Amino acid sequence: MPTNTVEPLSLPEGVQGIVADWSSDQRAFKNVPWGKAMMWIFLLSDTFIFSSFLISYMTVRMSATEPWPNPSEVFALTLWGKKIPLILIAIMTFVLISSSGTMAMAVKFGYEKNRKITFILLLITAALGATFVGMQAFEWTKLIFDEGIRPWGNPLGAAQFGSVFFMITGFHGTHVSIGVIFLLIVATKVIRGDLDHQRPGFMTGRKGSYEIVEIMGLYWHFVDLVWVFIFAVFYLW
Amino acid sequence: MAHAEVQQHDAHGHRHAHVEGQQHPIGIYLKIWGLLFVLSTASYLVDYFHFQGYLRWFLIIVFMLLKAGLIVAVFMHMMWERLALLYAILVPTLLLMVLLGIGALEADYTFFTRGVFFVKGLL
Repeated sequence: MPTNTVEPLSLPEGVQGIVADWSSDQRAFKNVPWGKAMMWIFLLSDTFIFSSFLISYMTVRMSATEPWPNPSEVFALTLWGKKIPLILIAIMTFVLISSSGTMAMAVKFGYEKNRKITFILLLITAALGATFVGMQAFEWTKLIFDEGIRPWGNPLGAAQFGSVFFMITGFHGTHVSIGVIFLLIVATKVIRGDLDHQRPGFMTGRKGSYEIVEIMGLYWHFVDLVWVFIFAVFYLW
Repeated sequence: MAHAEVQQHDAHGHRHAHVEGQQHPIGIYLKIWGLLFVLSTASYLVDYFHFQGYLRWFLIIVFMLLKAGLIVAVFMHMMWERLALLYAILVPTLLLMVLLGIGALEADYTFFTRGVFFVKGLL
């Protein structure tokens, strides 16, 4: 029964359960659709990519002899005549967390086959994601044109600041942008009823199902997850 | 563990109650959403009130790990998945601790040699 993902299987407790699953024929991940397992494995590889970036950033920052520009001041904004530290980044964080909240609910309503609510929640998620990318574009513009920060140097201190900043936030922003595109694709499939009628998708003969909303959600939450780490170690250090 | 209980519960004959995929009450998502907002505000306030030194590091890392844990456990449904998948994904990430350690050692050494060679007149 390779395609049956619904039937529950009995599970021995703890480590014995892992041994039982991994040592059985054909499938280690019981009750997990293969698309979801593959997304998890992709996310694991992406975790290693982002971790390599963040750990290289740590290495570069610890070994810098010039003072590191203070992110709290670099990313401050003047609002209502008052300079508020790091406020733009804080707002971006709330926007991304909210998009994760709407995404989680989209998955729930998807499995309930509530086409309209799922569609709306996916659109809100995509809009919040686009807002995040827009704010990042604003932040980059401000840093490049107003502060004179370049990948090879800047007037505030250690030259490595620019290269690390553009590398890490650029890679994360690319992930968000790709996520927005795929959210719109999944939203279109949902509202057209492709998933209800099990129509195969583009370049695949596989039947459509609401699992793809959950798989999309895993990717989106991962983007939020990476931002949690970037926010902590890049902006708050 | 909650997820084990759910699976065992299902295995004991409550098949009619089993639903497709991961379905959980909407309340849990809203609660986690609120909690993530609180934790993000808290980590922002660490910077706003200029906490420094070990206290700053402790708070930043605690809030970071709590947020990451909530997202993975609830939003990504890891707490309801079977242990075989959970271990397959989460255990390999522990290897990154080794890279972190190597990076820190290397950075200390580089900083030391830069201190020796960049300071004029020392050599």
